[in-house]
Amino acid sequence: MKNPALIADVVAMIPDGASLMIGGFMGSGSPVLLIDEIVRQRKRGLTVIANDTARPGIGIGKLIDAGAVSKVVTSHIGTNPKTQQLMLDGALDVELVPQGTLAERIRSGGFGLGGVLTPTGVGTLAAAGKRTLEVDGQTFLLETALKADFALVAARRADYDGNLEYALTARNFNPLMAMAGRTTVAEAEQIVPVGAIAPDAVVTPGILVRYLVRRAST
Amino acid sequence: MKHRPNAKEVIARRVAQELRDGDCVNLGIGLPTMVAAYMSPSVRVHFHSENGIMGMSPLPGEGLDDPCLTDAGGRPIGALPGASAFDSAFSFGLIRGGHLDVTVLGGLEVDEAGHLANWMVPGRMVPGMGGAMDLVTGPRRVIVAMTHRSPSGSKLVKRCSLPITSLRRVDLVVTELAVIEPTATGLVLKETAPGVTVRDVFEATEAALKIAPGLERAA
Repeated sequence: MKNPALIADVVAMIPDGASLMIGGFMGSGSPVLLIDEIVRQRKRGLTVIANDTARPGIGIGKLIDAGAVSKVVTSHIGTNPKTQQLMLDGALDVELVPQGTLAERIRSGGFGLGGVLTPTGVGTLAAAGKRTLEVDGQTFLLETALKADFALVAARRADYDGNLEYALTARNFNPLMAMAGRTTVAEAEQIVPVGAIAPDAVVTPGILVRYLVRRAST
Repeated sequence: MKHRPNAKEVIARRVAQELRDGDCVNLGIGLPTMVAAYMSPSVRVHFHSENGIMGMSPLPGEGLDDPCLTDAGGRPIGALPGASAFDSAFSFGLIRGGHLDVTVLGGLEVDEAGHLANWMVPGRMVPGMGGAMDLVTGPRRVIVAMTHRSPSGSKLVKRCSLPITSLRRVDLVVTELAVIEPTATGLVLKETAPGVTVRDVFEATEAALKIAPGLERAA
């Protein structure tokens, strides 16, 4: 049983310079309260691992706006001109990773693998500096695992044991990241009694969730 | 005066004819998304969106916008009966694992080797590849839907000057002027758009084109 934590207390545990995996795809399925609190507490020098940086003022875009981030590992920044500008100015280090590869690198981190072999990116700029391997006559890139100090994930429902259920396309990277964070924080729209989420509907088992925070009901 | 369809409509309509009943299809952002509007009612395909859904409906029902149900561009979509939702690793497993029948992507350049460049213009536009590299590498069939020319010239080039998206040879290129099939021995002009001659296509194309049997006479 976990008592829902206060968002301010949880975010206070994140030091400047920490690495964060943050769920969401163009803001859908991002832990918005945790993001707002990181901005409020003026964190600096964060490394963010996330699918994208959304748009200015939206989701992870708010962390970029606030100058909280010094590095992003991401698949797409095309929708956020601020991210692109900071990158061109040399104020933000951007590592671009093909989206499927990013998902697998995060999965590897959480699943105890050193990395994966993928055909994606072979012969392109995405292969720069990476090892290639031949397996059964096909060439693959070796893509290494990613882990992070904290994984900040968003769920539709949690129970008081931290079991998580997601909503539609707001699931995206969240379950993968919940496995790959050294400390995982889940922000749920609703927290329900233990047992209210059927075992088959639980996507992220509660043992993975260290802290549970709730979105204020409106 | 007769409505003259613009280039993008011509392309989207022609790509729609390539999709078969039962196909599982991923439509890229932009022009490719328009293909859904030109599907024959007798052809039912399963639309996949890489952010984690199979069975999406490109538009949500009136008043049914849900922030937890969007396409890869972040726009609201619907989920049809029989749809399924999954995480990003699974979604790209479908793409990379060859479980998608067709992916339709936009393009900046396609060259004589059938290589597509569509993810960056060095020094000018570096949006990141998003899902494009996986989407070109994995599916059974890759269709490029793009205008034939850019302001700077032909987009069908001898060799891509922009960074390529994948070493995989794409399967078909549909433009407002022509349908072109990249093969092991080069680009083959299969079809010209209504009102467009073979000569028009050659004049608009930098890359070498072979003419499919039967086409020259028809034009």
